[in-house]
Amino acid sequence: MSEITITIDDRQISAREGDILLWAALDNGVYIPHLCAHREEEHPSASCRLCFVEMQGRPMPVPACTVKVADGMVVSTRSERVDALVAAGFELIMSNHRLDCKNCAANGSCELQRIAKERKLRLKPKNLPALERDLPVDSSAAGILYDPGKCVLCGHCVLACRSSGRGILGFTRRGYERIVTTFGDAPLGESGCDSCGACAGACPVGAFSTRKAR
Amino acid sequence: MRLTEEEKQAAVEVTQAILGRLDQGDKGRIIPVLQQVQSKLGYVPQIAMEEVAAHFGVPPVDIYGIITFYNQFRLTPPGKNQVKICMGTACHMRGAHIIQEAWERRLNIKVGETTEDREYSLERVACVGCCTMAPVVVINEEVHGKITPTRVDGLLFSHQLDKRKMKEGDANNG
Repeated sequence: MSEITITIDDRQISAREGDILLWAALDNGVYIPHLCAHREEEHPSASCRLCFVEMQGRPMPVPACTVKVADGMVVSTRSERVDALVAAGFELIMSNHRLDCKNCAANGSCELQRIAKERKLRLKPKNLPALERDLPVDSSAAGILYDPGKCVLCGHCVLACRSSGRGILGFTRRGYERIVTTFGDAPLGESGCDSCGACAGACPVGAFSTRKAR
Repeated sequence: MRLTEEEKQAAVEVTQAILGRLDQGDKGRIIPVLQQVQSKLGYVPQIAMEEVAAHFGVPPVDIYGIITFYNQFRLTPPGKNQVKICMGTACHMRGAHIIQEAWERRLNIKVGETTEDREYSLERVACVGCCTMAPVVVINEEVHGKITPTRVDGLLFSHQLDKRKMKEGDANNG
């Protein structure tokens, strides 16, 4: 793979040809908000709608997780259009996220807090009503707490559970009801979960968290 | 919903017969297989999903994800009496969700489920074609219009009366 040079926000950055733009930027200290992208995933779902950037030669902003870098590429991470798209995407995600930062295990390391801080966005949605789902917290596993009300459906836990856990987590249902759960909606404690903690390590928002064994 | 041992066995046999010699790597066949299981059994039980998952080498939760994603799949066996609540535009405007809640409360199940005694199952359907009678409920093939929560109670009561009469009739004849 050949080394190439791209320009992000007037900064020269060297990357390898064929790299994903999002990772090239992040590895060089340029922050682009992102939730659903995963380094090991070949085909990004591009579903969080947060990693938009402006690219010279493209009429509309593009999600950085779907773009492969090419020599001489000129990218800017901020513009009015990008900010509007990211703000809308972030608000949609936050309208479906149970806000409880004070008591949350991810407080301080939460990706949502980081995005809000970097882009000066509100954590509490201003224009959208919060989606009330009243999903119970699953505390049945010995070392894992799962609060589906905080889940942003990025899918990192599902991938982690498959690569280093028991492969029991998956997406089910559709639309507003979409949720990460186990086969037959069994509580984690009865689903074969061995509390390996891979999901908690992968979760960017504290929906999955580890806790000391009872 | 608890299944009997015979039902579980039947489900496994039906699923295995459908899976047969299907190529294990051909994951595009998963949904057609599940559709065939449903058309044979009337629903897709968990044990059948586990069989399908094992055959294609995917986590069972992925099959569960497919089943819960598509409306056409049932997770519970259909009841003897299938109650279908119309959710078409006219019925929706005339309070079909109130009727749905009334059925759910009376039968003590949610939409898509079957009562423990297998007497009733509850479903939502799109327009049944008689919007002037909204809100409409179809029980088996019988259409009932202008439903209110009180009429839900009445329908259930008359069903139970019919059943009791049939039983008495059987006893007298026997």
